[in-house]
Amino acid sequence: MTRVGVVTVPGSLDDRDAQRAVRLAGGEPVPLWHGAHDLDGVAAVVLPGGFSYGDYLRCGAIAAHSPIMSEVIAAAERGMPVLGICNGFQILVEAHLLPGGLVANDHGAFLCRDQVLRVENTSTAWTSLYEPGQHITVPLKNGEGGYIADAATLERLEGEGLVAFRYAGINPNGSANDIAGLTNPAGNIVGLMPHPEHATEPGFGPDTDAAMRSGTDGLALFRSALERVLA
Amino acid sequence: MTDAPASPAFPRPAASAPAVDSTANAAATPEREQPYAALGLKQEEYLRIRDLLGRRPTSGELAMYSVMWSEHCSYKSSKVHLRQFGQKVSPEMTANLMVGMGENAGVVDIGEGWAVTFKIESHNHPSFVEPFQGAATGVGGIVRDIISMGARPVAVMDALRFGALDHPDTHRVLPGVVSGISFYGNCLGLPNIGGETWFDPVYQANPLVNALAVGVLRHEDLHLANARGVGNRVVLFGARTGGDGIGGASILASESFAEGSGRKRPAVQVGDPFAEKVLIECCLELYRAGLVEGIQDLGAAGISCATSELAANGEGGMAIELDAVLLRDPSLTAEEILMSESQERMMAIVAPEKLEGFLAVTSKWDVETSVLGEVTDTGRLRITWRGETIVDVDPRTVAVDSPVYERPIAYPAWLDAVRADTSATLPRASDGDQLRAQLLALLGSPNLADKSRLTDQYDRYVLGNTALSQPDDGGMIRVDERSGLGVALATDANGRYAYLDPYAGAQLALAEAYRNVAVTGATPVAVSDCLNFGSPEDPEVMWQFSRAVEGLADACLALGIPVTGGNVSFYNQTGQVPIHPTPVVAVLGVIDDVGRRVPSGWQDEGDNLYLLGATAEELDGSAWAGTLHGHLGGHPPRVDLERERDLAALLAAAAHEGLLNAAHDLADGGLGVAAAEACLRFGVGARLVLDGLLERDGVDSTAALFSETGGRVLVAVPREEDVRFTRLCEGRGYPVLRIGVTDAGGEGGPDAALEVQGMFRLPLAELRARWSAPLATVLGEGAITAAVR
Amino acid sequence: MPVIVVEVMPKAELLDPAGKAVAGALAKQGRAHFSQVRIGKRFELTVDEVTEATLDEARELADDLLSNGVIEDVLRIYSAAAPLDPPA
Repeated sequence: MTRVGVVTVPGSLDDRDAQRAVRLAGGEPVPLWHGAHDLDGVAAVVLPGGFSYGDYLRCGAIAAHSPIMSEVIAAAERGMPVLGICNGFQILVEAHLLPGGLVANDHGAFLCRDQVLRVENTSTAWTSLYEPGQHITVPLKNGEGGYIADAATLERLEGEGLVAFRYAGINPNGSANDIAGLTNPAGNIVGLMPHPEHATEPGFGPDTDAAMRSGTDGLALFRSALERVLA
Repeated sequence: MTDAPASPAFPRPAASAPAVDSTANAAATPEREQPYAALGLKQEEYLRIRDLLGRRPTSGELAMYSVMWSEHCSYKSSKVHLRQFGQKVSPEMTANLMVGMGENAGVVDIGEGWAVTFKIESHNHPSFVEPFQGAATGVGGIVRDIISMGARPVAVMDALRFGALDHPDTHRVLPGVVSGISFYGNCLGLPNIGGETWFDPVYQANPLVNALAVGVLRHEDLHLANARGVGNRVVLFGARTGGDGIGGASILASESFAEGSGRKRPAVQVGDPFAEKVLIECCLELYRAGLVEGIQDLGAAGISCATSELAANGEGGMAIELDAVLLRDPSLTAEEILMSESQERMMAIVAPEKLEGFLAVTSKWDVETSVLGEVTDTGRLRITWRGETIVDVDPRTVAVDSPVYERPIAYPAWLDAVRADTSATLPRASDGDQLRAQLLALLGSPNLADKSRLTDQYDRYVLGNTALSQPDDGGMIRVDERSGLGVALATDANGRYAYLDPYAGAQLALAEAYRNVAVTGATPVAVSDCLNFGSPEDPEVMWQFSRAVEGLADACLALGIPVTGGNVSFYNQTGQVPIHPTPVVAVLGVIDDVGRRVPSGWQDEGDNLYLLGATAEELDGSAWAGTLHGHLGGHPPRVDLERERDLAALLAAAAHEGLLNAAHDLADGGLGVAAAEACLRFGVGARLVLDGLLERDGVDSTAALFSETGGRVLVAVPREEDVRFTRLCEGRGYPVLRIGVTDAGGEGGPDAALEVQGMFRLPLAELRARWSAPLATVLGEGAITAAVR
Repeated sequence: MPVIVVEVMPKAELLDPAGKAVAGALAKQGRAHFSQVRIGKRFELTVDEVTEATLDEARELADDLLSNGVIEDVLRIYSAAAPLDPPA
């Protein structure tokens, strides 16, 4: 079974959820501790959500300097699929694996809602099982999810097709260009603010028209990566 | 957790006094005047301390007794009444009780080797002084209670009461409290699964912030707060001890003593949810590795409380070196260290041979740890500081045998007049248009309005086990991923009912919470309560309190579910005016598979709608009387606990058989509001016909729509289950009446409406606009952009 | 344009979780000689002209709005010729 690492940093919160999502997608979740200098032979890595080190300095800033991150960065540079969810996305940005920054939501409050996203790039390691332009619903829950970047960076992201997910219908936090998630040019690194791992198990996901809490649109993210590393 | 901080500021010693007031010094200077009054102790209490010790207390002992004998820590005014919870018990109530009242939180066996612990506590006064930190540390405190039982916290809830929504100070308190709960709970990674938010001018200068936490554990992981095993080490770990939380209510009263003796200590505590999250994981790892013999969290009265309670519950003795406490502020005096209420600290009893393993785990989590001393069999709690003994007491006299008061009780002089002023004289609606306008006005009133602007600031997804959360009637959490075993929780209180009749009011709160758990499909099994009242020194308040406790204890016995813990919050008043008596009741239920949970709104077209229970003319104290007529008088709805029990059993059976697509409790605002809420839940409308109800129950349309009679639930039944469902009800002899059908209003619901035949039709869009307006107004556009709705 | 600068710090006696987290991170990097970190706020209020009246108003604002007297102290309030620019 394909081993997928899930990093736990002090303050990680959705780490067990990311592990569950990997399992539901058919992979074997492997817990990785922030203080380790070893990826334990995993084929892909997930940086889960949370408030690493309380997020007091800047979200993800301290975690981006943890020992495991130097291994993650090295592996990412070799092409290993790396997914950053919410705080994990913030860590990827602080580690300069993805450009720009994440700031407080424009309305100033933490917001938890079922969010519709449009999948913009289906050539990444984490999105290949989606259709281009597909709308998916996954939970969003953060206080600092507003994506910002300078004009040149935004232009490059759009020009090179590096926007992986965009908020559809409603922009819940004032993100530039409705950006919800990004990928790197190689397509192995993806970061997004919403939580696909919370849309993987019927009964515990977002509401759908069919039934309450039945949404599993996030599962394809994890399956995409498993498929990629097996290919 | 503290309500009014238990510890007043400790007066700093005058420059001439010796630096350390040792027991020897105390014995040698019997005549020294001590500031017991400034510390909140009565003269007779001070004399009793002298009596117990056979000398004057040292300043450290005085600090300890004063905080531990405070109302908050000692329950000295409420104890004589709370005993009923331990006395009015039946075998069925204790059958699944692993730990009852008196520990940090009660523990209930829910089967399959799992146990659940839960508790609700107040943090009212700190939340008024500093709403954000007050509410945040309220969450932090209750979660530590759960950890200290050996459980993993899995969810939080909150029961909030504020002044009038349009009062300027509410605009300070409400956003602060909500963002404080959001900040702390979200950062801990605990889903917030429900609660309630209520507005009434009686809470204007005294908001109620009651926080609930629930945790799960395997039976074998149960931990208790006792210091057993002579020679075992006493270990303090977590955040450093600082000067916060010393002071509070009586800080001004003690100012004259403190004059010229250093700066004033702030009364508030600042919460660090990250530190607490790390502490949770650290504790769970310690438990898993079997490295802890006993454990206690540090809340009100800090080290004073933890050492005296652990010692009193264990071998009876403990020797502590206070110098070993890691300080954030090295200038703290011994008395201040004993009284500090710094957050995110725990105290563990560790066997000497396991100390190394213990320290390895705390070091892995970067949790600072210090060994303060050891368990002894001397029967004395001895604390040294700078080489001298500053405390030498029998810990039981501090923690257990605190003063007990039989406060005077007086039937309120005003109550008969209030009860005589019933709602019978209030004008009734004369036609459908008026009923329509009244229903809209109720849904657009702050108490019944959409609370999602508040609750969307809470993470309801984290941990991936949330099966139900707000706005459903109860929250539900999966406990076992394989079997689907889970628990449901609901909190309720109605201060208006309790004002009219505290005995019935407390029972109605319990009945509603019980019903709210039952509608989810779970079976109610246990109760935690947070009793918010005015000053116990006011005999009328004490009457309200005694009646409420009696009502609650009697009702628990009737329903066969025990109170497993909770807290009492007194002194909730503005000047001489107490709040309405507000017994907040939390009920825990168990469901063998959360996959069978029932939501509170309809999702499907063409379900039959049945009303369970009969409707009586009961509008006194109702939302209809209060919101539409500004009236509060008469008698609250009749309590029929046998009926509630039958109803809960019926709902559990129906949910187990999969006969229910939705079930929604009828409470504030009656059938009209319940039907509207069930429509708004998923945007599916309904057509109701009330003729049969009017005829069967002999009530008019106002009572049919707005009466608040208990024992009623509105359920949606899929057509194919119609026969089985009605047979089930008839077999159990419960009143049931088909009153309508769900109607999606076309593809995408453009025509979805709540229609009551012959009376009115309310498009859901219009309903929703009114329903969501009130909270949007107070939080303003800055809170969450209008576009997000 | 001149500015009135308001500096606000968490009260010394209270826990500063943000400062504590950064201090912890520094210690992990082997920089424990920075033994304590406290994090405050700097406000720059741009005005046409700094007068006693605007300074008084800023003092009032500092107490009422910019700081929370229960948990924070206003450290100082002073005028400056212009907002601080990052060093060139």
